[in-house]
Amino acid sequence: MTAATDMTSMPGATPIVRRTPKATFDAVFRNASFGAAMLVLVLLAGIMVSMVVGGWPAFREFGLGFITSSVWDTQNEQYGAWPAIVGTLSTALIALVIGVPLSLGIAVYLTQLAPAWFKKPVATAIELLAAVPSIIYGMWGLFVFVPLFAQYVQIPLSNIVEGMPVVGTILYSRSPSGLGIFTAGIILAFMIVPFIASITRDMLEQIPSVLRESAYGIGATTWEVVRHVLVPQAGVSIIGAVMLGLGRALGETMAVTFVVGNANRLSASILDPGSTIASRIANEFNEALGLQLNALIALGCILFFVTFVVLVIARLLVARVKRY
Amino acid sequence: MRKILVLAAVAAGIAGSAQAADITGAGATFPFPIYSKWAEAYKKETGTGLNYQSIGSGGGIRQIKAKTVAFGATDAPLKGGDLTKDGLVQFPTVMGGVVPAVNIAGIAPGKLKLSGEIIAQIYLGDIKKWNDPKIVALNAGVTLPDANINPVYRSDGSGTTFVFTDYLSKVSAEWKSKIGANQSVQWPVGIGGKGNEGVSASVKQVANSIGYVEYAYAKQNKLSHALVKNADGNFPAPEEKAFQAAAANANWQEQPGFGISLNNQKGADAWPITSATFILVHAKPENPAEVQEALKFFDWAYKSGDKLASELDYVALPANVKDQVRAAWKGVTDNSGKPIF
Repeated sequence: MTAATDMTSMPGATPIVRRTPKATFDAVFRNASFGAAMLVLVLLAGIMVSMVVGGWPAFREFGLGFITSSVWDTQNEQYGAWPAIVGTLSTALIALVIGVPLSLGIAVYLTQLAPAWFKKPVATAIELLAAVPSIIYGMWGLFVFVPLFAQYVQIPLSNIVEGMPVVGTILYSRSPSGLGIFTAGIILAFMIVPFIASITRDMLEQIPSVLRESAYGIGATTWEVVRHVLVPQAGVSIIGAVMLGLGRALGETMAVTFVVGNANRLSASILDPGSTIASRIANEFNEALGLQLNALIALGCILFFVTFVVLVIARLLVARVKRY
Repeated sequence: MRKILVLAAVAAGIAGSAQAADITGAGATFPFPIYSKWAEAYKKETGTGLNYQSIGSGGGIRQIKAKTVAFGATDAPLKGGDLTKDGLVQFPTVMGGVVPAVNIAGIAPGKLKLSGEIIAQIYLGDIKKWNDPKIVALNAGVTLPDANINPVYRSDGSGTTFVFTDYLSKVSAEWKSKIGANQSVQWPVGIGGKGNEGVSASVKQVANSIGYVEYAYAKQNKLSHALVKNADGNFPAPEEKAFQAAAANANWQEQPGFGISLNNQKGADAWPITSATFILVHAKPENPAEVQEALKFFDWAYKSGDKLASELDYVALPANVKDQVRAAWKGVTDNSGKPIF
């Protein structure tokens, strides 16, 4: 403000004026932006501390058993996180197994194969998908996907695999409701595809076209170019994108709560209902008292830790790419 | 104008202050619609408002123990020992029923008959198919599919679950020993839905499923209900008079704070899964004036709120129970020991 006044208040002066920097303004500005940056760290530390403090009674009561026990019994105040941890990791893993190839396919198609007029609308559509609120995915999952999945996949599949070794356990559902770990994984896959696809697309586009042209020049096919030139070039940043998707899949709450079946049991079948850490917290937090509340906060603490580790790995990988 | 009032109310709430004439309460979600309806009518008549936060029964108990509200509300009654320990007085306000909702192709509402024992075995995972001989035996003339049963339960802690599991504990010894009655239990089979709406959405979406929801909720959402055999061996339709019949034969003085269960009561027309919802106040409140306003509010609700309750498919308490509650209010006193009501 004052700088502007300095300029305009001297009508007769030459336009080239060496302005003296305002020391106070600079200091205030530096401190304010430093404060804004610090606020994030303080908040993060605050969240960590309050989670650890809130969850401490549960960790102290059950020790390592809190992580390894499968019992979640509010009547007898016995809490174990294992089914929720397994549910969280397996839904996220299913989401990656389905979502990553799909995302890479989208990215490769958009950058290498698609006609120019087609690229823009598809890229925009994918970015729009990323902005759809998660509850919409959850409701779509429950109201549209679940009945179809139960009728056309789960029931026939259960009939086929019943009694078979291994697959008869993993793919058999005692009550084929359409809800379960696998359904949650599929919905999560839809949710992380836009993230991974758009980041990967950006990364592939940044690869200098001379590389690609050289590869084509020595007679490589499109597949060979993608497989041996593009993917190795963008590989690490693709992993970073996948990690960001994984971070979202691990923490997703509403959509998962809709379709995961919310059963506090460990099941050998991926088609059976289960729960994730986030869905367990969403379900029980309102009515939780005493040790149950501590156990839920401790669950949150575990999720926080897992997500934090995933994001740190993603950061490190992306940072490595930037050095080149 | 209304916006200004709302803003003023919010401001008063934030200030959380002495001039707030509103009665504060928190707790059970099940009676929230009727408490808000009563509050609206009461405010028109008296000018005193009610600020009720439906945070769940557990939260209601927590808040009244912490003395942050004038009254707490819970669906599962506290036991006599807990009441004396925390110096609380408990009384019922309205009743409601819990009904099993089913989704079986070709079965019209009210056409499927079940017994408590069968429901317990379904939720234990012992009865797996809808054409199980035990279900067929109760339903002569109804064609039941050869399909797996998908039981649906409340995944959040809930007074509805307490009422339902309390009923199953009463009619099934196996249920009582293996699972028991609580706001949330360890379900051996089935899928969980969050809230009445979560259960009903799952029942609607999942074929061959069975769930349990509040009667008011089932009626308003037109869920297909099943009939349940009562203690007299009849299959009454779930409606207001069946819930009243369950309350009529109960001995409300049996438990401290009227904390009885209305499940499986005798009576030809009695609906077997019925329950009241309860209010908790401190016997020696720190702020007697506000609790006095709260008791006045519930007294008004007993006198003039029955019609509103019935419109929302809640069931009013029998008149003699209301009088017993008013007598119990004599136990709520100010600092000098004088009853405030």
